[in-house]
Amino acid sequence: MMKKTLAAAILATTALSGAAMAEGTLEAVKGRDLLQCGVTNGVPGFSVPDEQGNWQGLDVDVCKAVAAAVLGDAGKVKYIPLTAKERFTALQSGEIDVLSRVTTWTQTRDTQLGLNFTGVTYYDGQGFLVKKDLGLQSVKELDGATVCVQSGTTTELNLADYFRANGLNFTPVVFDTNEQAASSFDSGRCDAFTTDLSQAYGLRTRMSDPDAVVALPEVISKEPLGPVVRQGDDQWFNIVKWSLFAMLNAEELGVTSANVDEMKSSENPNIKRLLGIDGPKGKGLDIADDWAYQIVKQVGNYGEAFERNVGMGSALKIDRGINALWNQGGFQYAPPMR
Amino acid sequence: MKYEIQPTLPPPANTVGAIGWMRKHLFHGPLSSAATVIIAVLAVYLLTPVLQWAFIDADWIGDSREACSSGGACWVFIGNRLEQFLYGFYPSEQTWRLNLAFVLLIALIAWMLIPRLPGKGWAGAITLVIYPIIAYYLLIGDAFGLEYVETHRWGGFSLTLVLAFVGIVAALPFGILLALGRRSAMPIVRSLSVTYIEIWRGVPLITVLFMASVMLPLFFPEDINFDKLLRALIGIIMFQTAYMAEVVRGGLQAIPKGQYEAADALGLSYWKKMILIILPQALKLMIPGIVNTFIALFKDTSLVVIIGLFDLLAIVQAASNDPDWIGFATEGYIFVALMFWIFCFGMSRYSQHLEKLLHTGHGNRA
Repeated sequence: MMKKTLAAAILATTALSGAAMAEGTLEAVKGRDLLQCGVTNGVPGFSVPDEQGNWQGLDVDVCKAVAAAVLGDAGKVKYIPLTAKERFTALQSGEIDVLSRVTTWTQTRDTQLGLNFTGVTYYDGQGFLVKKDLGLQSVKELDGATVCVQSGTTTELNLADYFRANGLNFTPVVFDTNEQAASSFDSGRCDAFTTDLSQAYGLRTRMSDPDAVVALPEVISKEPLGPVVRQGDDQWFNIVKWSLFAMLNAEELGVTSANVDEMKSSENPNIKRLLGIDGPKGKGLDIADDWAYQIVKQVGNYGEAFERNVGMGSALKIDRGINALWNQGGFQYAPPMR
Repeated sequence: MKYEIQPTLPPPANTVGAIGWMRKHLFHGPLSSAATVIIAVLAVYLLTPVLQWAFIDADWIGDSREACSSGGACWVFIGNRLEQFLYGFYPSEQTWRLNLAFVLLIALIAWMLIPRLPGKGWAGAITLVIYPIIAYYLLIGDAFGLEYVETHRWGGFSLTLVLAFVGIVAALPFGILLALGRRSAMPIVRSLSVTYIEIWRGVPLITVLFMASVMLPLFFPEDINFDKLLRALIGIIMFQTAYMAEVVRGGLQAIPKGQYEAADALGLSYWKKMILIILPQALKLMIPGIVNTFIALFKDTSLVVIIGLFDLLAIVQAASNDPDWIGFATEGYIFVALMFWIFCFGMSRYSQHLEKLLHTGHGNRA
């Protein structure tokens, strides 16, 4: 009831503020020569300040890509750390231009909050960590196991649903926080530990012997994480959407931040279109013709961003898995640029 | 008969010095001895691993997590991030401005603290009126050739100090006014004061901050953006004022009626009566209550973590989520606790000093 009232209130105010929105987000961003990007207040690999106070992470690279495309400079971003509760308000009220903050794409959020998801930067999902020496190959072999899990979350419900649906018995051992659950699993209290995989990998690095812990292949929930923009500004929606597509297409075509200048002289028509030498260029998006070149040059392609922040080049060491490109066994697929 | 006073013998050796003290305080009878031994054993048993972890096995020098291999505390993490913990995301070539503001504050407090120095009234006035203006321009800049530093780059311990200092400096005068309002004979003033105090005291600070950051922006037009820090500060001041008002009211009620009547008999106006007779006596009585409120406020500032401001606690939490440093949250939390403790303890000692200084014998009438 309370939730419904709140949602209605937010909806009503959003409708109001949408109407009050005279100039488009693109003009606003160009006018202030700065992109305002909402991020987390510290999620490993996605957005976290480094020792110099610079924001790093996969979500941060999305902000940088949009800034590179629109302003030609990936550094012109103001990062606004937001808690999970304030993130949508900040976007609705115009405090930020893009929300890039490990936000799961769901029907309610996409349709009832006056927001639009522009794509999926990371396909997350709930998974299981087990000790390597148990020799397990699948969650199905966990019959009768004790499982460490955080209490009061959808994680706990998903766990129960999945085991019931598969006719497996298990003993849940619940903890207040994910950290406690992980350290108890580490000390041998449980056979398995379950949480969203992106977090599981972060927690694994804290364990006494991270290499002795593996993730089982099953993923039992869908958590597609992506950037969010305000509904009703289609031009801005397109820009953010295609910034991510450009990163994906660049990876597919083998264009990296290192070789992008050589690639400019490539004869491949797809690469020519990507780098704005040919094809639609910036038309329709109303931004510079070399927008995608700037993204790849300054931020890199999707694969580079992934490896640098969450993949093998980072402390998290997350496998590409379903986040690989479509032609390499994953889900990441971008429409062609032509 | 010849009387001669014998020289006084020294007390038995086992009743003076360290041994005597121990006999008296630690081994006074079998029960006391047993308790001492048990507590000593427990202390050694419990403290040894802590000391081992925090000092003996700890890593102090290095610049990456590879330096932390000995299994003890990793203070390298704190050392590496110290600048960020203290200054947040303030541009590092500009941090001298924060330092200067801090040193000025310390100097002013020292001026008020050291009894020999003259002009205490001036020191107080400067701290409360002129210093905030100087600090404002030092911190924000955008004037006098200083670079503009947006508030979203503020963070760490300096943000904690800003929140606490502004809350304290603003809450006291407003609180006094509200307390006087609540005791006023004028019905409108009184009922407004009572309403304000009861409303703000009836909601938790976390709700106030949450409203300020989540609901308030929805009521403004899209192109007006109130600074988030300013919204939080106003929320903290409004909240703290209500508490301060009640502390001050307690002090006002402790002043005997005779003082009010004496002031009236002298023909003093209301404000003269308050400023010259009542408040100086009342404020002295209120010191423990006021300082108590300040210490609570100082610690409450860490609640801004829920609206995404990076105070000391939040920035340490964020840093311990850096993939390069994951797993050293304990060291971070200990550091935060120590910083908070030092400042709160300092305030508490200062209040005790103040009480002694202003003690004029009234307290001992009974």
